[in-house]
Amino acid sequence: MKLNILLFGIARDIVGGASLALEVEEKTTVEALIAHLHKVYPDFDRLASLMIAVNSDYAKGEVVLKENDEIALIPPVSGG
Amino acid sequence: MEFKITDQPINEQEVIDLVRSPHCGGLSVFVGTVRNQTKGKKVISLEFEAYEAMAINKMREIAEQAQQRWKTDKIAIYHRVGKLSVEETAVVIAVSTPHRKESFQACEYLIDTLKQVVPIWKKEIYEDGEIWVAAHP
Repeated sequence: MKLNILLFGIARDIVGGASLALEVEEKTTVEALIAHLHKVYPDFDRLASLMIAVNSDYAKGEVVLKENDEIALIPPVSGG
Repeated sequence: MEFKITDQPINEQEVIDLVRSPHCGGLSVFVGTVRNQTKGKKVISLEFEAYEAMAINKMREIAEQAQQRWKTDKIAIYHRVGKLSVEETAVVIAVSTPHRKESFQACEYLIDTLKQVVPIWKKEIYEDGEIWVAAHP
């Protein structure tokens, strides 16, 4: 299935764009997606944290992703 | 409750007026502004970016937590995005409560928690480069 991942802050700089289209296996979990991204973009290893948001909320590692989910990569936040 | 992400300058008075209430004896306001240095390094400007839909969701979530815990009456949170100069307002949080103590506590909780969970990112721009704040350990 195809995932479209929104990118913000330093994640956008690391990947080089505002979003990333990825072809992944059905039933890919959040945990597996994060592991995949670390492998493809080793600069993510240097971040203090890297989270995934699914449909506008932080998602736990075991959450299974679906094609139409709104997925975003959340590097360490620094608002305020 | 009112929440807003805006690329326009924030009018602090407008945010304060949103939380005025006949049931309240006080309101607390936190105004976050752009500082001219970080760890001795001169900051020229800041750039904020938000994942807007989620940022509004998380603001509502933390406001509901504050509402439950301190029985707040009204809460308003405005956060600026885009490029900001030194001294400009980045965030305004206003809270009204029947008695003053709770408004201080709720306001402090809201800014502390916003910094931890609301998906907004700050880039500091120096004379000789730029850095995404808190990105690296």
